[in-house]
Amino acid sequence: MKIVVTVKLVPDTNADKRIDPASKRLVRTGVETVLNPFDEYAIEAALQLKDKAGEGTTVTVVTMAPESGKEVVRKALAMGCDDAVLLSDDGLAGSDVWGTAYALAAAIKKSGFDLVVCGTQSTDAITGELPGALAEFLGVPGLTYVRKVELNGTTLAAERETDNGYLKVSCPLPALISVTKSIGEARYPSLKGIMGAKKKTIAPLTLADLALDAPVGSVGAKTEVLALAQPPAREKGKVVHVADGAEGARAIVDFLKEKKLI
Amino acid sequence: MKTSNGVVAAPNPLDFLNLDALLSPDERLVRDTVRSFVNDRIKPNIGTWFDEGRFPRELIPEIADLGLFGMHLEGYGCAGASAVAYGLACLELEAGDSGIRSFVSVQGSLAMYAIYAFGSEEQKNEWLPRMASGKAVGCFGLTEWDFGSDPAGMRTTARRSGGDYVLNGGKAWITNGGIADVAVVWARTDPEDGHRSGAVRGFLVPRGTKGFRTNDIERKISLRASVTSELVFEDVRLPADAVLPNVSGLRGPLACLSEARYGIVWGSLGAARTCYETALEYAKTRIQFDKPIGAFQLTQEKLVNMMLELQKGQLVALHLGRMKDDGKITPQHVSFGKLNSVREALAICREARTILGASGITLEYPIIRHMNNLESVLTYEGTSEIHTLILGEALTGIAAYK
Ligand SMILES: Cc1cc2nc3c(=O)[nH]c(=O)nc-3n(C[C@H](O)[C@H](O)[C@H](O)COP(=O)(O)OP(=O)(O)OC[C@H]3O[C@@H](n4cnc5c(N)ncnc54)[C@H](O)[C@@H]3O)c2cc1C
Ligand SMILES: Cc1cc2nc3c(=O)[nH]c(=O)nc-3n(C[C@H](O)[C@H](O)[C@H](O)COP(=O)(O)OP(=O)(O)OC[C@H]3O[C@@H](n4cnc5c(N)ncnc54)[C@H](O)[C@@H]3O)c2cc1C
Repeated sequence: MKIVVTVKLVPDTNADKRIDPASKRLVRTGVETVLNPFDEYAIEAALQLKDKAGEGTTVTVVTMAPESGKEVVRKALAMGCDDAVLLSDDGLAGSDVWGTAYALAAAIKKSGFDLVVCGTQSTDAITGELPGALAEFLGVPGLTYVRKVELNGTTLAAERETDNGYLKVSCPLPALISVTKSIGEARYPSLKGIMGAKKKTIAPLTLADLALDAPVGSVGAKTEVLALAQPPAREKGKVVHVADGAEGARAIVDFLKEKKLI
Repeated sequence: MKTSNGVVAAPNPLDFLNLDALLSPDERLVRDTVRSFVNDRIKPNIGTWFDEGRFPRELIPEIADLGLFGMHLEGYGCAGASAVAYGLACLELEAGDSGIRSFVSVQGSLAMYAIYAFGSEEQKNEWLPRMASGKAVGCFGLTEWDFGSDPAGMRTTARRSGGDYVLNGGKAWITNGGIADVAVVWARTDPEDGHRSGAVRGFLVPRGTKGFRTNDIERKISLRASVTSELVFEDVRLPADAVLPNVSGLRGPLACLSEARYGIVWGSLGAARTCYETALEYAKTRIQFDKPIGAFQLTQEKLVNMMLELQKGQLVALHLGRMKDDGKITPQHVSFGKLNSVREALAICREARTILGASGITLEYPIIRHMNNLESVLTYEGTSEIHTLILGEALTGIAAYK
């Protein structure tokens, strides 16, 4: 059984983010790069499945990122993943969701897979669209927002989170899932894991290795960022002055009803 | 660090000299991992544990999973990490609490190291994997009520009786004593032992051995989230294979102490870092006389002095770590680091205490806890006076202990 985890390398979530007004792209220089925090849950999910399945199951990390991302990929290996593929090429710069998914799919097909595990979203571009697009390019069922997953032979059973509950679903392998926080806290890399990660392979991959039919990178982008704007400042909270608790409770209920929250 | 437009970035108040750049990616990963563990699992609760005078035993399996017990030892379930990685782990643990770092130091550098360096293959196989995985806790008994700085005077004896040894006496101030599954005990043997007359030898005493009991030391105001105990031996009969075969004399325990002291060179700076960071944040937000107190020159001088010593201390620690990894460190070098780090760390914590005013004395902030903890760290593993004498002897060639 071969599990592939897709991880994105993102600017440190605590750092202030800046967008270059000319290119309309995120400024990534001078900011520390980290594993997309949501992808730590994807790694955890994959490793849980590996822990359960035991011998013969491997977890491969696949990322599309600059060469300098190697150091960050090591963290995923230190957590317990077996090896990694680093897809890096100047020609990939400026890829949108379509191009990213298209190139990643080619890389994943090349390494082979039974199951692909993604995070739900990145912390930089945050489209949350990549897993769906990737499943499409791979031609396999895609179950997003999974909070619980089990493998029984060649069938995958999962619980998908929805706005008001969850759905129990299943599909045959090969398949793709994206997992939420509810999968469980991501494990810390262990000392032995960190020491062992040095010996694991991070296989480099370039566009030449993939021989794609369609252009990717900024030339192949299907979307164009037209304008950027600051999100509107948060509205001031509403203060209600009431005589007693009962009246206060009523005011809150009315407010929530008005917002259609209850 | 150069930014894209070629301008050198302003120094980071939390790592002024960018010492981060001196670490390898692996070393940074070790540091970051232990730091997140401490942030997630220790910092939120440590005030309560300290207040209750309780060591959080429930954390032992988690620390074992991280691989921190005996992490710088090789084989027997240990990670085989570098001295620098071990130092960084000590620093991050002690940024949480000196008591937690003490637990890890005693387990790895004192108890496990003694068995690793001086034990038989059977002893290593019996204890090291269990200790690395946190299934067995170790302690290290050298100090006695009447012999602290001068352990050579120890009165605990191991007399030969047939093929066995019989242990009598007691040890004092022993970290982990009350919760240990195995005690490494240093005792004086009698002349007919075959070795030098009356040599100090190390013994492995499992918990539950008849005649061996422990009493925890209560009412401590320092290292409250750590167990400190008295060990009592009354005619404790031990088989001949309880002795650590490969060392005789005080050289044995002193070699272990040198390992643990090395960890303190780094560790104590962790306590100092937490106090410095807390004081810096407080100075920027606490308003008096209509200004943040960080706007007053006196406060700025305090912060600057704290930062200077913290950075210098870390440079020394890293330098000593690289020397240790190169096999070029001596006990005197370790004394240099232990004396300087703990002395300056304590000064930093005390200075931080003044910046926090009244807030500095409560457990709501980490300051007074670290400050009190460091009083123990100043004394154990060789007092600051003893390290001064070790360095004095190294400079003059004249020993001034007696
Ligand atoms: C300000 C800004 C605006 C942008 N606007 C758009 C836009 O409107 N349309 C558009 O198409 N693109 C846009 N992009 C580009 C966007 O960065 C890429 O499309 C990106 O590679 C994938 O999208 P995401 O980060 O939103 O991934 P998400 O869909 O949020 O990520 C979900 C999961 O996909 C996986 N994943 C994502 N990226 C990678 C990767 N590189 N390698 C491996 N796994 C990965 C991870 O498992 C991740 O958890 C924009 C970028 C910026 C900085
Ligand atoms: C919390 C805690 C945990 C400990 N854990 C352990 C443990 O796990 N295992 C263990 O074996 N021990 C442990 N110790 C004991 C510790 O190592 C001793 O306390 C230390 O060695 C000092 O001994 P003492 O307290 O008897 O002080 P003393 O030796 O009595 O010293 C008292 C003072 O006299 C000074 N002094 C002594 N001799 C000289 C001299 N020649 N010249 C100048 N000044 C001198 C000392 O520096 C000190 O200031 C622990 C102690 C504490 C507080």
